[in-house]
Amino acid sequence: MSGAVLQAVPGTGIDVSGLNVWFGDHQVLHGVSFSVPEGGALGLVGESGSGKSTVLRALCGLVDQWSGALRIDGAELGKTRSRGFYRVVQMVFQDPFASLHPRHTIDRTLSEPAQVHGLDRVEERVVTALEQVGLDRSFRFRFPHQLSGGQRQRVAIARALMLEPRVLLLDEPTSALDVSIQAEVLNLLKGLQRDLGLTTLMVSHDLAVVSHMCDAVAIMNRGRILETIAAEDLAAGRVDHPYSRQLLRASSGFDRAVIDSFVDWE
Amino acid sequence: MTDLTSAAPLLEVEDLRVHFHTPRGAVEAVRGLSFTLGRERLGIVGESGSGKSQTGRAILGLTAGNGRITAKTLRFQGQDLLSLSPKQWRAVRGARMSMIMQDPKYSLNPVMTVGDQIVEAYRQHHRVSAAEARLRALAMLARVKIRDPERVFATYPHEVSGGMGQRIMIAMMLIPEPDLIIADEPTSALDVTVRLQVLAILDDLVRERGMALIFISHDLPLVSSFCDRILVMYKGRVVEDLKASELHAARHPYTQGLLGCLPKLDQRQETLPVLRRDPRWEHGTLEEVTR
Repeated sequence: MSGAVLQAVPGTGIDVSGLNVWFGDHQVLHGVSFSVPEGGALGLVGESGSGKSTVLRALCGLVDQWSGALRIDGAELGKTRSRGFYRVVQMVFQDPFASLHPRHTIDRTLSEPAQVHGLDRVEERVVTALEQVGLDRSFRFRFPHQLSGGQRQRVAIARALMLEPRVLLLDEPTSALDVSIQAEVLNLLKGLQRDLGLTTLMVSHDLAVVSHMCDAVAIMNRGRILETIAAEDLAAGRVDHPYSRQLLRASSGFDRAVIDSFVDWE
Repeated sequence: MTDLTSAAPLLEVEDLRVHFHTPRGAVEAVRGLSFTLGRERLGIVGESGSGKSQTGRAILGLTAGNGRITAKTLRFQGQDLLSLSPKQWRAVRGARMSMIMQDPKYSLNPVMTVGDQIVEAYRQHHRVSAAEARLRALAMLARVKIRDPERVFATYPHEVSGGMGQRIMIAMMLIPEPDLIIADEPTSALDVTVRLQVLAILDDLVRERGMALIFISHDLPLVSSFCDRILVMYKGRVVEDLKASELHAARHPYTQGLLGCLPKLDQRQETLPVLRRDPRWEHGTLEEVTR
Protein backbone atom coordinates (compact mmCIF):
# COMPACT_ATOMS: atom_id res chain seq x y z
CA MET A 1 0.00 0.00 0.00
CA SER A 2 2.85 2.40 0.56
CA GLY A 3 3.68 3.94 -2.79
CA ALA A 4 7.05 5.06 -4.00
CA VAL A 5 6.49 8.51 -2.61
CA LEU A 6 6.23 7.32 0.97
CA GLN A 7 9.66 5.75 0.82
CA ALA A 8 11.21 8.85 -0.62
CA VAL A 9 13.34 11.18 1.44
CA PRO A 10 11.32 14.07 2.78
CA GLY A 11 13.05 17.37 2.42
CA THR A 12 13.02 18.12 -1.25
CA GLY A 13 9.48 19.38 -1.82
CA ILE A 14 8.17 19.67 -5.38
CA ASP A 15 10.40 19.58 -8.42
CA VAL A 16 9.00 19.96 -11.93
CA SER A 17 11.30 19.98 -14.89
CA GLY A 18 10.55 20.29 -18.60
CA LEU A 19 6.84 19.57 -18.23
CA ASN A 20 4.96 19.44 -21.53
CA VAL A 21 1.24 18.71 -21.66
CA TRP A 22 -0.96 18.06 -24.67
CA PHE A 23 -4.74 18.05 -24.98
CA GLY A 24 -5.06 16.01 -28.17
CA ASP A 25 -2.90 17.74 -30.79
CA HIS A 26 -2.81 20.98 -28.87
CA GLN A 27 0.21 21.56 -26.65
CA VAL A 28 -0.84 23.55 -23.57
CA LEU A 29 2.34 23.47 -21.48
CA HIS A 30 5.78 24.06 -22.95
CA GLY A 31 8.78 23.03 -20.87
CA VAL A 32 7.52 24.24 -17.50
CA SER A 33 10.19 23.96 -14.78
CA PHE A 34 10.21 25.09 -11.16
CA SER A 35 10.88 23.74 -7.72
CA VAL A 36 9.41 24.40 -4.30
CA PRO A 37 11.63 23.58 -1.31
CA GLU A 38 10.04 21.62 1.54
CA GLY A 39 7.88 23.93 3.63
CA GLY A 40 8.08 26.62 0.96
CA ALA A 41 5.28 28.23 -1.00
CA LEU A 42 5.25 29.02 -4.71
CA GLY A 43 2.50 30.86 -6.52
CA LEU A 44 1.59 30.29 -10.17
CA VAL A 45 0.04 33.41 -11.65
CA GLY A 46 -1.45 33.98 -15.06
CA GLU A 47 -4.59 34.73 -16.99
CA SER A 48 -7.07 32.14 -18.20
CA GLY A 49 -5.50 29.72 -20.66
CA SER A 50 -2.01 30.30 -19.30
CA GLY A 51 -1.83 26.68 -18.13
CA LYS A 52 -1.48 27.40 -14.41
CA SER A 53 -4.21 24.96 -13.35
CA THR A 54 -2.93 22.35 -15.79
CA VAL A 55 0.33 22.23 -13.84
CA LEU A 56 -1.59 21.23 -10.71
CA ARG A 57 -3.67 18.72 -12.62
CA ALA A 58 -0.54 17.14 -14.09
CA LEU A 59 0.97 16.76 -10.62
CA CYS A 60 -2.23 15.15 -9.35
CA GLY A 61 -2.35 12.68 -12.20
CA LEU A 62 -5.43 14.22 -13.82
CA VAL A 63 -3.71 14.74 -17.19
CA ASP A 64 -3.05 11.89 -19.65
CA GLN A 65 -0.59 13.19 -22.23
CA TRP A 66 2.50 14.67 -20.70
CA SER A 67 6.26 14.43 -20.73
CA GLY A 68 8.99 15.72 -18.48
CA ALA A 69 9.97 14.93 -14.93
CA LEU A 70 7.77 15.45 -11.87
CA ARG A 71 9.28 14.77 -8.47
CA ILE A 72 7.72 14.99 -5.04
CA ASP A 73 10.08 14.53 -2.11
CA GLY A 74 12.70 13.37 -4.56
CA ALA A 75 10.69 10.47 -5.97
CA GLU A 76 9.84 10.60 -9.65
CA LEU A 77 6.14 10.31 -10.48
CA GLY A 78 5.10 7.79 -13.10
CA LYS A 79 2.08 7.73 -15.39
CA THR A 80 -0.28 6.76 -12.59
CA ARG A 81 -0.45 7.88 -8.99
CA SER A 82 -0.25 5.35 -6.19
CA ARG A 83 -2.55 5.45 -3.22
CA GLY A 84 0.43 6.51 -1.12
CA PHE A 85 0.84 9.60 -3.31
CA TYR A 86 -2.40 11.03 -2.01
CA ARG A 87 -1.20 10.62 1.58
CA VAL A 88 1.51 13.10 0.70
CA VAL A 89 -0.21 15.41 -1.79
CA GLN A 90 -3.68 16.88 -1.40
CA MET A 91 -5.54 19.50 -3.37
CA VAL A 92 -8.12 22.20 -2.59
CA PHE A 93 -10.28 23.30 -5.49
CA GLN A 94 -11.70 26.66 -6.45
CA ASP A 95 -15.40 26.26 -5.97
CA PRO A 96 -16.55 24.93 -2.59
CA PHE A 97 -20.07 24.69 -4.00
CA ALA A 98 -18.94 22.12 -6.55
CA SER A 99 -16.23 20.24 -4.66
CA LEU A 100 -18.30 18.86 -1.75
CA HIS A 101 -20.81 16.05 -2.22
CA PRO A 102 -24.21 17.67 -1.64
CA ARG A 103 -25.78 14.59 -0.07
CA HIS A 104 -22.96 13.62 2.25
CA THR A 105 -22.68 15.06 5.72
CA ILE A 106 -19.48 16.89 6.60
CA ASP A 107 -18.60 13.91 8.79
CA ARG A 108 -18.89 11.51 5.86
CA THR A 109 -16.97 13.85 3.53
CA LEU A 110 -14.12 14.03 6.01
CA SER A 111 -14.17 10.35 7.04
CA GLU A 112 -14.04 9.00 3.53
CA PRO A 113 -10.37 9.68 2.76
CA ALA A 114 -9.36 8.13 6.11
CA GLN A 115 -11.47 5.03 5.41
CA VAL A 116 -10.15 4.68 1.86
CA HIS A 117 -6.63 4.69 3.26
CA GLY A 118 -7.52 2.32 6.11
CA LEU A 119 -6.57 4.72 8.87
CA ASP A 120 -7.60 4.15 12.47
CA ARG A 121 -9.15 6.66 14.90
CA VAL A 122 -11.27 8.17 12.13
CA GLU A 123 -13.59 10.05 14.46
CA GLU A 124 -10.72 11.62 16.32
CA ARG A 125 -9.14 12.67 13.04
CA VAL A 126 -12.38 14.28 11.85
CA VAL A 127 -12.66 16.33 15.02
CA THR A 128 -9.01 17.36 14.79
CA ALA A 129 -9.32 18.39 11.15
CA LEU A 130 -12.41 20.48 11.94
CA GLU A 131 -10.56 22.16 14.80
CA GLN A 132 -7.62 22.89 12.51
CA VAL A 133 -9.87 24.85 10.16
CA GLY A 134 -11.70 26.66 12.95
CA LEU A 135 -15.05 24.84 12.79
CA ASP A 136 -16.60 23.41 15.96
CA ARG A 137 -18.02 19.90 16.34
CA SER A 138 -21.55 21.05 15.62
CA PHE A 139 -20.64 21.14 11.93
CA ARG A 140 -19.98 17.41 11.78
CA PHE A 141 -23.48 16.30 10.97
CA ARG A 142 -24.52 19.15 8.74
CA PHE A 143 -24.81 19.07 4.97
CA PRO A 144 -22.97 21.44 2.61
CA HIS A 145 -26.14 23.41 1.77
CA GLN A 146 -26.40 24.41 5.43
CA LEU A 147 -22.98 26.06 5.29
CA SER A 148 -21.82 29.37 3.87
CA GLY A 149 -19.22 29.56 1.11
CA GLY A 150 -16.41 30.27 3.54
CA GLN A 151 -17.42 27.41 5.81
CA ARG A 152 -17.54 25.04 2.85
CA GLN A 153 -14.07 26.04 1.79
CA ARG A 154 -12.92 25.35 5.35
CA VAL A 155 -14.44 21.87 5.04
CA ALA A 156 -12.62 21.34 1.73
CA ILE A 157 -9.37 22.34 3.46
CA ALA A 158 -10.17 20.02 6.40
CA ARG A 159 -10.71 17.17 3.96
CA ALA A 160 -7.30 17.85 2.42
CA LEU A 161 -5.75 17.77 5.90
CA MET A 162 -7.37 14.44 6.89
CA LEU A 163 -4.49 12.40 5.49
CA GLU A 164 -1.85 14.65 7.07
CA PRO A 165 -0.26 15.53 3.72
CA ARG A 166 3.09 17.26 3.36
CA VAL A 167 2.20 18.99 0.10
CA LEU A 168 -0.88 21.12 -0.52
CA LEU A 169 -1.98 22.13 -4.02
CA LEU A 170 -4.35 25.11 -4.00
CA ASP A 171 -6.31 26.00 -7.14
CA GLU A 172 -7.74 29.52 -6.71
CA PRO A 173 -8.94 28.61 -3.21
CA THR A 174 -10.54 31.99 -2.48
CA SER A 175 -11.65 33.40 -5.80
CA ALA A 176 -15.26 32.31 -5.26
CA LEU A 177 -15.44 33.98 -1.85
CA ASP A 178 -16.28 37.49 -0.65
CA VAL A 179 -13.21 39.54 0.28
CA SER A 180 -13.94 39.47 4.02
CA ILE A 181 -14.22 35.68 3.88
CA GLN A 182 -11.16 35.50 1.63
CA ALA A 183 -9.11 37.20 4.36
CA GLU A 184 -10.22 34.58 6.91
CA VAL A 185 -9.44 31.65 4.61
CA LEU A 186 -6.05 33.08 3.60
CA ASN A 187 -5.16 33.58 7.26
CA LEU A 188 -6.19 29.99 7.95
CA LEU A 189 -4.11 28.63 5.06
CA LYS A 190 -1.09 30.68 6.03
CA GLY A 191 -1.33 29.49 9.63
CA LEU A 192 -1.58 25.84 8.55
CA GLN A 193 1.31 26.27 6.18
CA ARG A 194 3.43 27.60 9.03
CA ASP A 195 2.27 25.24 11.81
CA LEU A 196 2.29 22.03 9.77
CA GLY A 197 5.26 22.94 7.59
CA LEU A 198 3.25 22.27 4.43
CA THR A 199 4.87 22.66 1.04
CA THR A 200 2.40 24.75 -0.95
CA LEU A 201 1.81 25.31 -4.64
CA MET A 202 -0.90 27.89 -5.18
CA VAL A 203 -2.57 28.91 -8.42
CA SER A 204 -4.24 32.29 -8.62
CA HIS A 205 -5.01 35.13 -11.00
CA ASP A 206 -4.68 37.63 -8.15
CA LEU A 207 -1.16 39.00 -7.75
CA ALA A 208 -1.85 40.45 -4.32
CA VAL A 209 -3.21 37.15 -2.98
CA VAL A 210 -0.26 35.19 -4.31
CA SER A 211 2.37 37.57 -3.06
CA HIS A 212 0.69 37.52 0.35
CA MET A 213 0.72 33.73 0.54
CA CYS A 214 3.93 32.72 -1.20
CA ASP A 215 7.70 33.19 -0.99
CA ALA A 216 8.11 33.17 -4.75
CA VAL A 217 5.87 33.68 -7.76
CA ALA A 218 6.10 32.17 -11.25
CA ILE A 219 4.37 34.22 -13.92
CA MET A 220 2.82 32.14 -16.70
CA ASN A 221 1.57 33.03 -20.14
CA ARG A 222 0.48 30.70 -22.95
CA GLY A 223 1.80 27.56 -21.31
CA ARG A 224 5.23 28.91 -20.39
CA ILE A 225 6.76 30.32 -17.25
CA LEU A 226 8.06 33.76 -18.19
CA GLU A 227 9.89 34.43 -14.96
CA THR A 228 10.05 33.29 -11.36
CA ILE A 229 10.65 36.02 -8.81
CA ALA A 230 10.67 36.47 -5.06
CA ALA A 231 7.40 37.80 -3.62
CA GLU A 232 9.22 40.86 -2.26
CA ASP A 233 10.40 41.73 -5.76
CA LEU A 234 6.88 41.39 -7.13
CA ALA A 235 5.57 43.61 -4.33
CA ALA A 236 8.21 46.21 -5.13
CA GLY A 237 7.44 46.03 -8.85
CA ARG A 238 10.84 44.56 -9.70
CA VAL A 239 9.83 42.38 -12.63
CA ASP A 240 11.77 41.76 -15.82
CA HIS A 241 9.34 40.54 -18.42
CA PRO A 242 7.10 43.15 -20.11
CA TYR A 243 4.11 40.83 -19.69
CA SER A 244 4.65 40.71 -15.94
CA ARG A 245 4.86 44.47 -15.88
CA GLN A 246 1.58 44.75 -17.77
CA LEU A 247 -0.09 42.31 -15.38
CA LEU A 248 1.20 44.29 -12.44
CA ARG A 249 -0.09 47.58 -13.81
CA ALA A 250 -3.44 46.03 -14.69
CA SER A 251 -3.99 44.99 -11.11
CA SER A 252 -3.82 48.54 -9.81
CA GLY A 253 -7.26 49.58 -11.04
CA PHE A 254 -8.85 51.55 -13.87
CA ASP A 255 -6.44 53.99 -15.48
CA ARG A 256 -6.97 55.03 -19.09
CA ALA A 257 -3.32 55.70 -19.86
CA VAL A 258 -2.34 52.27 -18.61
CA ILE A 259 -5.13 50.51 -20.51
CA ASP A 260 -4.21 52.20 -23.77
CA SER A 261 -0.66 50.89 -23.37
CA PHE A 262 -1.77 47.23 -23.18
CA VAL A 263 -0.32 44.86 -25.73
CA ASP A 264 -1.91 41.58 -26.79
CA TRP A 265 0.22 38.61 -25.89
CA GLU A 266 -1.60 36.22 -28.21
CA MET B 1 -34.32 62.72 -26.65
CA THR B 2 -34.20 63.91 -23.10
CA ASP B 3 -33.01 67.35 -22.23
CA LEU B 4 -29.48 67.02 -20.92
CA THR B 5 -29.61 70.35 -19.19
CA SER B 6 -32.74 69.66 -17.15
CA ALA B 7 -32.10 69.72 -13.46
CA ALA B 8 -34.45 66.85 -12.67
CA PRO B 9 -32.52 63.66 -11.89
CA LEU B 10 -32.68 60.77 -14.32
CA LEU B 11 -33.64 58.29 -11.66
CA GLU B 12 -35.18 58.91 -8.26
CA VAL B 13 -35.37 56.11 -5.75
CA GLU B 14 -36.88 56.64 -2.33
CA ASP B 15 -37.39 53.96 0.30
CA LEU B 16 -37.07 51.05 -2.14
CA ARG B 17 -37.85 47.69 -0.56
CA VAL B 18 -37.70 44.24 -2.11
CA HIS B 19 -39.34 41.36 -0.25
CA PHE B 20 -39.22 37.73 -1.21
CA HIS B 21 -41.74 35.15 -0.10
CA THR B 22 -39.94 31.93 0.59
CA PRO B 23 -41.11 28.70 2.24
CA ARG B 24 -39.28 29.88 5.36
CA GLY B 25 -41.09 33.20 5.51
CA ALA B 26 -40.52 36.64 4.08
CA VAL B 27 -37.00 37.86 3.38
CA GLU B 28 -36.28 41.54 2.90
CA ALA B 29 -33.42 41.75 0.39
CA VAL B 30 -33.46 45.54 0.01
CA ARG B 31 -34.49 47.60 3.02
CA GLY B 32 -35.34 51.22 2.41
CA LEU B 33 -32.85 52.29 -0.25
CA SER B 34 -32.86 55.90 -1.42
CA PHE B 35 -30.72 57.68 -3.98
CA THR B 36 -30.96 59.94 -6.98
CA LEU B 37 -28.95 59.50 -10.12
CA GLY B 38 -27.94 62.09 -12.66
CA ARG B 39 -25.82 61.51 -15.74
CA GLU B 40 -23.01 60.01 -13.74
CA ARG B 41 -21.30 56.72 -13.05
CA LEU B 42 -22.57 55.32 -9.78
CA GLY B 43 -21.00 52.25 -8.19
CA ILE B 44 -23.04 49.99 -5.91
CA VAL B 45 -20.68 47.85 -3.86
CA GLY B 46 -21.31 45.10 -1.36
CA GLU B 47 -20.71 41.45 -0.58
CA SER B 48 -22.94 38.60 -1.63
CA GLY B 49 -26.38 38.97 -0.12
CA SER B 50 -26.07 42.72 0.37
CA GLY B 51 -28.96 43.39 -2.02
CA LYS B 52 -26.88 45.13 -4.70
CA SER B 53 -28.08 42.94 -7.57
CA GLN B 54 -31.67 43.01 -6.33
CA THR B 55 -31.53 46.80 -6.40
CA GLY B 56 -30.49 46.72 -10.06
CA ARG B 57 -33.14 44.19 -10.92
CA ALA B 58 -35.88 46.11 -9.12
CA ILE B 59 -35.09 49.27 -11.08
CA LEU B 60 -35.39 47.30 -14.32
CA GLY B 61 -38.54 45.47 -13.23
CA LEU B 62 -36.74 42.12 -13.37
CA THR B 63 -37.38 40.97 -9.81
CA ALA B 64 -38.25 37.26 -9.66
CA GLY B 65 -41.89 36.21 -9.42
CA ASN B 66 -41.88 35.61 -5.67
CA GLY B 67 -40.54 39.08 -5.00
CA ARG B 68 -42.52 42.22 -4.22
CA ILE B 69 -41.23 45.74 -4.75
CA THR B 70 -42.44 48.76 -2.81
CA ALA B 71 -41.11 52.29 -2.82
CA LYS B 72 -42.25 55.77 -1.94
CA THR B 73 -40.74 56.91 -5.22
CA LEU B 74 -39.30 54.96 -8.12
CA ARG B 75 -39.21 57.43 -10.97
CA PHE B 76 -37.22 57.28 -14.20
CA GLN B 77 -37.19 60.39 -16.40
CA GLY B 78 -40.23 61.61 -14.51
CA GLN B 79 -42.18 58.39 -15.12
CA ASP B 80 -43.44 56.33 -12.19
CA LEU B 81 -42.03 52.85 -12.81
CA LEU B 82 -44.21 51.06 -10.27
CA SER B 83 -47.39 51.96 -12.12
CA LEU B 84 -46.24 50.53 -15.47
CA SER B 85 -48.06 47.60 -17.05
CA PRO B 86 -45.86 44.71 -18.25
CA LYS B 87 -46.26 45.99 -21.81
CA GLN B 88 -45.23 49.53 -20.88
CA TRP B 89 -42.30 48.04 -18.99
CA ARG B 90 -41.04 46.29 -22.09
CA ALA B 91 -41.05 49.58 -23.97
CA VAL B 92 -38.84 51.15 -21.32
CA ARG B 93 -36.53 48.21 -20.78
CA GLY B 94 -33.93 47.90 -23.50
CA ALA B 95 -34.85 51.20 -25.17
CA ARG B 96 -34.31 53.59 -22.29
CA MET B 97 -32.62 51.51 -19.65
CA SER B 98 -30.68 48.35 -20.15
CA MET B 99 -28.66 45.79 -18.26
CA ILE B 100 -25.30 44.13 -18.80
CA MET B 101 -25.00 40.89 -16.86
CA GLN B 102 -22.01 39.08 -15.48
CA ASP B 103 -21.31 36.20 -17.79
CA PRO B 104 -21.81 36.39 -21.56
CA LYS B 105 -21.78 32.59 -21.64
CA TYR B 106 -25.17 32.56 -19.97
CA SER B 107 -26.70 35.77 -21.23
CA LEU B 108 -26.23 35.36 -24.99
CA ASN B 109 -28.56 33.06 -26.89
CA PRO B 110 -26.43 30.02 -27.81
CA VAL B 111 -28.42 29.06 -30.91
CA MET B 112 -28.53 32.47 -32.59
CA THR B 113 -25.62 34.21 -34.30
CA VAL B 114 -24.13 37.19 -32.56
CA GLY B 115 -25.20 39.50 -35.38
CA ASP B 116 -28.82 38.34 -35.38
CA GLN B 117 -29.02 38.96 -31.64
CA ILE B 118 -27.78 42.52 -31.97
CA VAL B 119 -30.10 43.18 -34.92
CA GLU B 120 -33.00 41.82 -32.88
CA ALA B 121 -32.16 44.12 -29.98
CA TYR B 122 -32.17 47.11 -32.32
CA ARG B 123 -35.29 46.30 -34.28
CA GLN B 124 -37.21 45.64 -31.08
CA HIS B 125 -37.19 49.37 -30.49
CA HIS B 126 -36.57 50.94 -33.91
CA ARG B 127 -38.63 50.47 -37.05
CA VAL B 128 -35.91 50.00 -39.66
CA SER B 129 -35.25 47.60 -42.51
CA ALA B 130 -33.21 44.44 -41.93
CA ALA B 131 -30.44 45.83 -44.13
CA GLU B 132 -30.17 49.03 -42.15
CA ALA B 133 -30.26 47.21 -38.83
CA ARG B 134 -27.42 45.02 -40.05
CA LEU B 135 -25.32 48.06 -40.92
CA ARG B 136 -26.03 49.52 -37.50
CA ALA B 137 -25.07 46.27 -35.80
CA LEU B 138 -21.80 46.09 -37.74
CA ALA B 139 -21.01 49.69 -36.82
CA MET B 140 -21.77 48.92 -33.19
CA LEU B 141 -19.46 45.89 -33.22
CA ALA B 142 -16.72 48.13 -34.57
CA ARG B 143 -17.48 50.63 -31.78
CA VAL B 144 -16.77 48.00 -29.14
CA LYS B 145 -13.40 47.42 -30.84
CA ILE B 146 -14.10 44.14 -32.52
CA ARG B 147 -11.54 43.98 -35.28
CA ASP B 148 -13.43 42.03 -37.91
CA PRO B 149 -17.13 42.85 -37.41
CA GLU B 150 -18.27 41.01 -40.55
CA ARG B 151 -16.76 37.76 -39.33
CA VAL B 152 -17.94 38.13 -35.73
CA PHE B 153 -21.44 39.03 -36.93
CA ALA B 154 -21.81 35.50 -38.31
CA THR B 155 -20.35 33.62 -35.32
CA TYR B 156 -22.21 31.88 -32.53
CA PRO B 157 -21.54 32.80 -28.88
CA HIS B 158 -19.53 29.61 -28.18
CA GLU B 159 -17.04 30.62 -30.87
CA VAL B 160 -15.93 33.81 -29.15
CA SER B 161 -13.78 34.41 -26.06
CA GLY B 162 -15.14 35.73 -22.78
CA GLY B 163 -13.82 39.23 -23.37
CA MET B 164 -15.29 39.35 -26.86
CA GLY B 165 -18.58 37.92 -25.58
CA GLN B 166 -18.83 40.71 -23.06
CA ARG B 167 -18.09 43.33 -25.73
CA ILE B 168 -20.89 41.78 -27.81
CA MET B 169 -23.21 42.08 -24.80
CA ILE B 170 -22.27 45.72 -24.46
CA ALA B 171 -22.92 46.29 -28.17
CA MET B 172 -26.33 44.66 -27.85
CA MET B 173 -27.32 46.65 -24.79
CA LEU B 174 -26.09 49.96 -26.12
CA ILE B 175 -27.42 49.80 -29.66
CA PRO B 176 -30.93 50.99 -28.72
CA GLU B 177 -29.19 54.01 -27.15
CA PRO B 178 -30.59 53.79 -23.63
CA ASP B 179 -30.18 56.64 -21.15
CA LEU B 180 -29.33 54.36 -18.25
CA ILE B 181 -27.15 51.27 -18.24
CA ILE B 182 -27.15 48.97 -15.24
CA ALA B 183 -24.07 46.75 -15.31
CA ASP B 184 -24.16 43.91 -12.80
CA GLU B 185 -20.61 42.60 -12.29
CA PRO B 186 -20.00 43.10 -16.02
CA THR B 187 -16.35 42.11 -15.93
CA SER B 188 -16.01 39.72 -12.99
CA ALA B 189 -15.69 36.70 -15.27
CA LEU B 190 -12.84 38.29 -17.25
CA ASP B 191 -9.07 38.36 -16.87
CA VAL B 192 -7.63 41.54 -15.47
CA THR B 193 -6.24 43.09 -18.66
CA VAL B 194 -9.32 42.17 -20.68
CA ARG B 195 -11.49 43.45 -17.83
CA LEU B 196 -9.90 46.88 -18.00
CA GLN B 197 -10.12 47.00 -21.79
CA VAL B 198 -13.83 46.17 -21.66
CA LEU B 199 -14.36 48.83 -19.00
CA ALA B 200 -12.52 51.36 -21.15
CA ILE B 201 -14.93 50.67 -24.02
CA LEU B 202 -17.91 51.02 -21.70
CA ASP B 203 -16.44 54.23 -20.31
CA ASP B 204 -16.02 55.74 -23.81
CA LEU B 205 -19.57 54.92 -24.85
CA VAL B 206 -21.08 56.20 -21.63
CA ARG B 207 -19.19 59.48 -21.97
CA GLU B 208 -19.88 59.97 -25.68
CA ARG B 209 -23.58 59.37 -25.38
CA GLY B 210 -24.06 61.07 -22.06
CA MET B 211 -25.55 57.96 -20.49
CA ALA B 212 -25.84 57.25 -16.81
CA LEU B 213 -24.26 54.07 -15.50
CA ILE B 214 -24.97 52.02 -12.40
CA PHE B 215 -22.04 49.70 -11.88
CA ILE B 216 -22.77 46.87 -9.46
CA SER B 217 -19.70 45.08 -8.15
CA HIS B 218 -18.05 43.44 -5.17
CA ASP B 219 -14.70 44.96 -6.16
CA LEU B 220 -14.37 48.15 -4.13
CA PRO B 221 -10.96 49.29 -5.45
CA LEU B 222 -12.01 48.74 -9.07
CA VAL B 223 -15.28 50.60 -8.61
CA SER B 224 -13.56 53.50 -6.92
CA SER B 225 -11.15 53.84 -9.84
CA PHE B 226 -13.97 53.69 -12.40
CA CYS B 227 -17.02 55.48 -10.96
CA ASP B 228 -17.83 59.00 -9.76
CA ARG B 229 -19.79 58.02 -6.68
CA ILE B 230 -20.16 54.87 -4.58
CA LEU B 231 -22.97 53.44 -2.51
CA VAL B 232 -21.78 50.79 -0.07
CA MET B 233 -24.50 48.26 0.75
CA TYR B 234 -24.68 45.99 3.75
CA LYS B 235 -27.60 43.62 4.41
CA GLY B 236 -30.00 45.44 2.13
CA ARG B 237 -29.19 49.01 3.17
CA VAL B 238 -26.84 51.70 1.96
CA VAL B 239 -24.47 52.21 4.86
CA GLU B 240 -22.27 54.79 3.18
CA ASP B 241 -22.61 57.12 0.19
CA LEU B 242 -19.36 58.72 -0.88
CA LYS B 243 -17.43 60.22 -3.74
CA ALA B 244 -15.18 57.61 -5.37
CA SER B 245 -12.18 59.87 -5.02
CA GLU B 246 -12.75 59.98 -1.27
CA LEU B 247 -12.86 56.25 -0.67
CA HIS B 248 -9.67 56.41 1.35
CA ALA B 249 -11.52 58.69 3.78
CA ALA B 250 -14.46 56.28 4.20
CA ARG B 251 -15.96 56.57 7.67
CA HIS B 252 -18.17 53.52 8.02
CA PRO B 253 -16.35 50.65 9.76
CA TYR B 254 -17.78 48.23 7.18
CA THR B 255 -16.30 50.18 4.26
CA GLN B 256 -13.03 50.50 6.11
CA GLY B 257 -13.12 46.79 6.96
CA LEU B 258 -13.73 45.80 3.32
CA LEU B 259 -10.72 47.83 2.23
CA GLY B 260 -8.60 46.57 5.10
CA CYS B 261 -9.08 42.86 4.54
CA LEU B 262 -7.73 42.90 0.99
CA PRO B 263 -4.17 41.68 0.63
CA LYS B 264 -2.09 44.51 -0.79
CA LEU B 265 0.85 44.16 -3.11
CA ASP B 266 2.79 47.08 -1.72
CA GLN B 267 2.49 46.29 1.97
CA ARG B 268 3.28 42.80 3.18
CA GLN B 269 1.58 41.69 6.37
CA GLU B 270 1.75 38.37 8.14
CA THR B 271 -1.96 38.21 8.98
CA LEU B 272 -4.77 39.98 7.17
CA PRO B 273 -7.18 42.02 9.28
CA VAL B 274 -10.58 40.32 9.32
CA LEU B 275 -13.94 42.00 9.33
CA ARG B 276 -15.58 42.10 12.75
CA ARG B 277 -19.26 42.51 11.98
CA ASP B 278 -21.09 44.80 14.36
CA PRO B 279 -24.84 44.13 14.82
CA ARG B 280 -25.36 47.91 14.82
CA TRP B 281 -24.42 48.01 11.13
CA GLU B 282 -27.72 46.40 10.30
CA HIS B 283 -29.89 49.30 11.45
CA GLY B 284 -27.65 52.12 12.65
CA THR B 285 -26.98 55.33 10.79
CA LEU B 286 -23.44 56.32 9.88
CA GLU B 287 -23.38 58.68 12.86
CA GLU B 288 -24.53 55.95 15.23
CA VAL B 289 -21.96 53.38 14.13
CA THR B 290 -19.03 55.78 14.12
CA ARG B 291 -19.82 57.23 17.51
